Amino acid sequence: MPRRMLADQVRQPTIEEVGLHINGVFVRAPVEFTVLQALRQHGFDVPTLCYHPDLPAEGQCRLCVVEIGEEPRTRLVNSCTYPVESGLKVATHSERVLQARRIVLELLLARAPQAGIIRDLAAQHGVYDTRFHVEDPGELCILCGLCVRACREIVGVSAIGMTHRSPDKEVATPFKEASEACIGCGSCAFICPTGVIPYTEKDGVRTIWGRDFELQACTVCGTYIAPKAQLEHWSRLTGDPVETFLVCRDCR
Amino acid sequence: MDETRIAQILSRYEGDPADLIPVLQDIQDEYNHLPKDELKVVSRRLNLPLTQVFGVATFYKMFSLLPKGKHQVKVCLGTTCHLKGGPRLVDSVSSRIGCELGYTSKDGQFSLETVGCLGSCAQAPVMMIGDKYFARVTVDKVPKVLKPYQK
Ligand code: SF4
Repeated sequence: MPRRMLADQVRQPTIEEVGLHINGVFVRAPVEFTVLQALRQHGFDVPTLCYHPDLPAEGQCRLCVVEIGEEPRTRLVNSCTYPVESGLKVATHSERVLQARRIVLELLLARAPQAGIIRDLAAQHGVYDTRFHVEDPGELCILCGLCVRACREIVGVSAIGMTHRSPDKEVATPFKEASEACIGCGSCAFICPTGVIPYTEKDGVRTIWGRDFELQACTVCGTYIAPKAQLEHWSRLTGDPVETFLVCRDCR
Repeated sequence: MDETRIAQILSRYEGDPADLIPVLQDIQDEYNHLPKDELKVVSRRLNLPLTQVFGVATFYKMFSLLPKGKHQVKVCLGTTCHLKGGPRLVDSVSSRIGCELGYTSKDGQFSLETVGCLGSCAQAPVMMIGDKYFARVTVDKVPKVLKPYQK
């Protein structure tokens, strides 16, 4: 077969794309993209806290707000949940967007005044103080639910969830007790944008969500790999015996 | 835990995850609260993570994780009732049944909560005991309203 034909065949399954205008620049993006994905793909800077590329977008933090449409009929939408469409006009830094983002940051500051990432983002937008009521000056959690989504969608154990309702809403394990479902993987603490989930590791024991997990040491080099419960979870997932996972990646 | 009691409630359902709220309602009616062990059974039977069951159980006001009183008193604090003396009514009822707002009295007879609106603003201030309505309850009428429920 001639070379050229092969190359053509490879290029064959083209992804269906739409064209849109971002800040006046024409770009293309796959139809299944959200506006935020298109923005990120083309290097437009939009702040987010509750977005993670590997998780379904929920539009909780509202920082990714952009203005769409044409004057005088523009409106603000969450770019993380709004699908791209052909000919869509998007503005990421219009006066209206910046104003909305500043308000969002002020609200986030009132919710979690201690969170460094929020203070930094706020400062970048010229917001240094909040006019809204601060319930708890020590609060760090913004209830974005990233940890809950990660534990459910990626880890697949759903050990934590949103409980109660505003103003008492919080992320917790069932009955606020050490969760039987938790495998101690720490994904929730790792993904949390404000670093609120307490997590300690000492003498081969990891403590998270009020439960102690014994860490497994690599049978070859002796460094800790992960909690035993997590390795057992892997073994259940893959069907391989748990011994397969007792050697760390470097010693394999 | 009484296995048969919970099994009986669950036997009325197919075991579909969407049955969660009706099942919890039945348990709440039957037990006057949602006991922990029963919630665990529900989670297993409906194939739902316990976090989700717990999330729903704590979200809705009609569910309670702690036992409610035999008579559940709801005092309306909707806009009209609020203006017509709802807060005073709450205080009066609270001291007469010996139970703080949001709690159950020691003898388990009463629990007290406030609600957003009972839908009878024309008769404000309104309160409910169990599923019975009491209209235009001024503070001086409280003893009479409570009398039939007090042992
Ligand atoms: S540490 Fe526990 S709660 Fe956190 S993601 Fe892992 S399994 Fe879920």
